[in-house]
Amino acid sequence: MGIWLTMQMALRALLAYKVRTLLTMLGIIIGIGSVIVMISIGRGANASIQEQIHSLGSNMLMIFSGTSKSGGVRSGYGTKPTLYVSDVAAIARDCPAALNVAHATIQNEQIVAGKRNWGARVYGTTESYVVVWDWPLQEGEFLSESQVRAAANVVILGAAVYENLFEPGAEVIGQRLRIKNVPFRIIGILSPKGRTPSGQDQDDTVFIPYTTMERKLAGQRLPGLVNFILVSAQSGELVEEAKREVEELLRQRHRLQPGVDDDFTVRTLDEFAAMAGKTTNTMTWLLAAVAAISLLVGGIGIMNIMLVSVTERTREIGIRMAVGARKSDVLFQFLVEAMVISLAGGIMGTILGVSSAQLIARLAGWMTIISLDSILLATIFSAVVGIFFGFYPARKASNLDPIEALRHN
Amino acid sequence: MQPPIIQFRDLWKGYPMAGGRVDALKGVSVRIEAGEFVAIMGPSGSGKSTMMHIAGLLDSPSQGVYELGGENVSALSRDQRADIRNRKIGFVFQSFNLLSRCTALENVELPMLYHRPAFPDRRQRALAALRLVGMEARAAHLPTKLSGGQQQRAAIARALVNQPALILADEPTGNLDTRTGQEIMELLAGLNAQGITIIIVTHDPEVGQAVRRRIKLRDGLIEVDEVA
Repeated sequence: MGIWLTMQMALRALLAYKVRTLLTMLGIIIGIGSVIVMISIGRGANASIQEQIHSLGSNMLMIFSGTSKSGGVRSGYGTKPTLYVSDVAAIARDCPAALNVAHATIQNEQIVAGKRNWGARVYGTTESYVVVWDWPLQEGEFLSESQVRAAANVVILGAAVYENLFEPGAEVIGQRLRIKNVPFRIIGILSPKGRTPSGQDQDDTVFIPYTTMERKLAGQRLPGLVNFILVSAQSGELVEEAKREVEELLRQRHRLQPGVDDDFTVRTLDEFAAMAGKTTNTMTWLLAAVAAISLLVGGIGIMNIMLVSVTERTREIGIRMAVGARKSDVLFQFLVEAMVISLAGGIMGTILGVSSAQLIARLAGWMTIISLDSILLATIFSAVVGIFFGFYPARKASNLDPIEALRHN
Repeated sequence: MQPPIIQFRDLWKGYPMAGGRVDALKGVSVRIEAGEFVAIMGPSGSGKSTMMHIAGLLDSPSQGVYELGGENVSALSRDQRADIRNRKIGFVFQSFNLLSRCTALENVELPMLYHRPAFPDRRQRALAALRLVGMEARAAHLPTKLSGGQQQRAAIARALVNQPALILADEPTGNLDTRTGQEIMELLAGLNAQGITIIIVTHDPEVGQAVRRRIKLRDGLIEVDEVA
């Protein structure tokens, strides 16, 4: 029998029991719907994280010093200090693709203002730091070149530090605070920037000239060492070019022979974005897998109903066999019915999923992305569920003995 | 000379049962020619249902040879038997066995759905078959809207539609009142007069009186084979 005729027959059989068919479909509708919603939420989360990363400045490179090795134990990035202020100056001078260069050295210190105190990361840096980051101030000014040169005792507060040390709205520009007992004058407050993709609060920081840090806070450290260097490229297209120039320059300056590993690491934000993307991708598939379980439950629902249907229609099967239906004819008839249920459920579930994703986007304000491939995946999956869970009942039907089936009441 | 429609040669049929085997047919040999009108009779348990199942290729004999239209069909696969049922045998049942969700016309089309190659003019053929049994006007009715006699007429149309060599009717009047039963017998007789071979399985002596040849079974063997 032709496939078209079989489809028509399946549709008629299903329409004869509308409520039952709809209830059976419900499992698939919910399953497919939730797979689509979960994938779209996951994709949306990924996209908004990517957006956040690129809002950090998509032209940016970060340079960390190398890793230290001691007796086979390899520590992480930045554990072996190899980057110096002189490297920063060289990059600014000799890398044409670089627009701005900044560096920072980080120390954790206790900050005291009046009767309050707060532990925060202190960045010893230069005037170009906020330029590279494109980080505006909400009040006052950032460091000036002359303050850096003169190792002035001035400090700029991150938004979170300001909140923790002062009353809301307090006028603090010009006021004094102490870091490691050294007095500093507050000259600016940065606007809030939020967390980095790795969860670090960028606002829980204060900034002072690196020269001041070296001379008054650092203790035993070698002068001129920096923790990391930030470089902004002239444009987005020149990021890779800038990376190459920086790598070449640093290898030359650090006198690394060909074949020797770099003693520093250059990362572009694209690489960070790719890493973050991997994480959210894993999340997405995890969510989809959880949703797929409901699809499985829906499939079992189909099997259940098809088994009931085969029992109820035993006599019909007997009649069809008596007038010449082959085993495969009966098998296909019931398989197609199961597939029609699951495919129709899949289509309705897709509609439900797409509209719920849009509703979630509107109500919760989350970014959701509906892509064609997730719809395609859902449709194929629902058909597979139909075949898989429809096969056992269909085989049961096709294996019935025509004489027994005709006697069945 | 034309080969017989049905030729049974020493046909046995046994069923495995708890504590051994039960033989429903114990060596039946019979020959039915094209165009005959035959009743297979006997009390319940005599083997007449088994004989019909084998003759209708719903079952295979355990032993012996069954030739249908000169072709040995004793040991065919399920699908081969399904194809022969579809082409050569029309069934009429006591309880009509129409699909309740399908109209009379669709029920008559049913055997054609399984015919290979497909008929291009299913609807016309089904209507023609319904016309033959006087049911053309009720083609669009569901079985529940038809009387018992009308349902059996539609079932006969379904049995005729693939132009089989043989119609097997199992107690075709069993669920009908006497008058309607007579009408159905007249219809079958009319079809037989047009050359269609008809075998009726029945325990009703009145039905037996209406046919030309009676084969009486008892305990799996032919007891009487008489032509009126």
